[in-house]
Amino acid sequence: MTNSIEDIEDADCILIIGSNTFEQHPLIARRVVKAKDKGAKIIVIDPRKTMTAKQADLYLQIVPGTNVALINAMMHVIIKEGLIDEEFIKNRTKGFEELKKVVEKYTPEYASKICKVDKDLIVEAARVYGSAKRASILYCMGVTQFTHGVDNVKSCCNLALITGNIGKRGTGVNPLRGQNNVQGACDMGALPDVFPGYQKVNVAYEKFEEIWGVELNHEMGLTIPEMIKKAGKEIKFLYIMGENPMVSDPDIKHVEKALKSLDFLVVQDIFLTETAELADIVLPAACWAEKEGTFTNTERRVQLIRKAVNPPGEALEDWVIIKKLAEKLDYGDKFNYKSPKDIFEEIRKVTPQYAGITYERLGVDGIHWPCPNETHPGTPILHVEKFLTQDDLGRIFPIEYKNPAELPDDEYPFILTTGRIIFHYHTGTMTRRSKHMINEINDGFVEINPKDAKKLGIKNNDLVKVSSRRGGVAVKAKITENIKEGVVFMPFHFAETAANLLTNPAIDPYCKIPEFKVCAVKIEKL
Amino acid sequence: MSFKIVHTICPYCGTGCGINLVVKDDKVVGTYPLKRHPINEGKVCIKGNYCYEFIHREDRLKKPLIKKNGQFVETTWDKALSLIAEKLKEHNPEEIGFFSSARCTNEDNYILQKFARVILKTNNIDHCARL
Repeated sequence: MTNSIEDIEDADCILIIGSNTFEQHPLIARRVVKAKDKGAKIIVIDPRKTMTAKQADLYLQIVPGTNVALINAMMHVIIKEGLIDEEFIKNRTKGFEELKKVVEKYTPEYASKICKVDKDLIVEAARVYGSAKRASILYCMGVTQFTHGVDNVKSCCNLALITGNIGKRGTGVNPLRGQNNVQGACDMGALPDVFPGYQKVNVAYEKFEEIWGVELNHEMGLTIPEMIKKAGKEIKFLYIMGENPMVSDPDIKHVEKALKSLDFLVVQDIFLTETAELADIVLPAACWAEKEGTFTNTERRVQLIRKAVNPPGEALEDWVIIKKLAEKLDYGDKFNYKSPKDIFEEIRKVTPQYAGITYERLGVDGIHWPCPNETHPGTPILHVEKFLTQDDLGRIFPIEYKNPAELPDDEYPFILTTGRIIFHYHTGTMTRRSKHMINEINDGFVEINPKDAKKLGIKNNDLVKVSSRRGGVAVKAKITENIKEGVVFMPFHFAETAANLLTNPAIDPYCKIPEFKVCAVKIEKL
Repeated sequence: MSFKIVHTICPYCGTGCGINLVVKDDKVVGTYPLKRHPINEGKVCIKGNYCYEFIHREDRLKKPLIKKNGQFVETTWDKALSLIAEKLKEHNPEEIGFFSSARCTNEDNYILQKFARVILKTNNIDHCARL
């Protein structure tokens, strides 16, 4: 997030796009409610009329995968009606004229045909966002999980930049992270192209060679979708720590084939997950309540976690397992840590954003990075005076709308979109072992619009088969007005009715994110 | 009987709510939100409210397992780690890949990426940020 969770309360307008905030981030939604109580207008863009959409003043039920067309049309209106922030555009940004040319053709009428959202609603949303003194954008995987995910994010940034909604309280472009430490795992360089602190492997290698005292590989590595694709061919050995691609990744049938074709698979986890079942060796790890360390949340706040109990049996903390394995490979001297705090001290040295953060300073409140030195209070709001570019200016990118990789056709006439529900978390490894959660719901379902259900002769709770070009799943139908006609929704938590048997592994060419939110399916009554 | 309250952060979404774990005789028996936490200010969602329930499940992994003839059998840490080390040495850097975890700590993620880069000389490391 460019901004903090707390300052959402100061917004006059909150645009929520591709995020079911009220179910997936309830304690962020609480700030949205507080802002609304103070008079803020809430706009929600989503193909499902979610719990979040039901709180909106304006709800735009979009066709999945058409965000760019909709945001371009909003900018078209904002520019035409003079709702841009000219001073901000002039002093803080670059690229506005090019954007203006591109959005010229995205009239509300034109976008309305692509997004299937009423043109007057698009105009109204543009006016509400454009005329707000402080407007905040909240987004999630409904923006990113597309073959044009990067374009979607850039479009959100464009909207904020041309209206000057960045760098102050109650504004910003705010991705809501779905897992407690996605932000931290990225910050720590658990990515194929960067060392800790987003320092490029092909640029900063000399610095890290000096710090770590070894020669390093300067070439960018492979992302998870690429490693899965190459498994059994170029990739022969996978070491998986606390991930469950057999439920979380697209086209599971292919994932299974890929993992089975490896020479060797190691899985380190807290339970015998669907992925661990395929491993040659499984290592038992401590869970979060059994270790110390830090998590970095969605607003870049670094926070301490504390050990409450001992791990079961012989299970060990993840860092201890890796340290022991390093010792086996005669690298004990480079992994000579006695505690997570020792590791954090090294993190501070190599990661400029974390330089000023110490365990002692974190306390209960934590610290927002960037925090360059030990007297710095941390940075809840980014880009206040300048952007992190060489000329300090924010970039506006002209973006054209592109179709998703797989569109409905005669054989597969529906769009499947996937997501989570309030009671479960990701692949269900933890929540499906929590009795109060499974008492609420423990089965998958597919949401179908009543009009589509009528045509197919399907009633509520009927067992249906949902199939794509990659596989089929038998699952209960849930007939609901909340889903747009022509679109169906499945949660991906449930391995027995795995939505990801169906999803398309096509990826965004830049960030390699798979297109979970759009694939073509057919539905048959069983 | 021993009894303590341990302040920590919720294990689920990226909001990072502050919670307290109630610990009785080395077992987490409950949780409640921390009143003075700056994010959740004493509130917590339903998942966070029951986040302790999986910790002491009987089916937690307790020993390293090795697959023999399609079945998992228990093994020692020393044997498991020696075999992994041996297998790693048999492969070239570009043949090895690591999946790190958005559910592990910064320290766990840092050490795994350092392990991949320093020892195996590969940048094939990623986690589920995209998934």
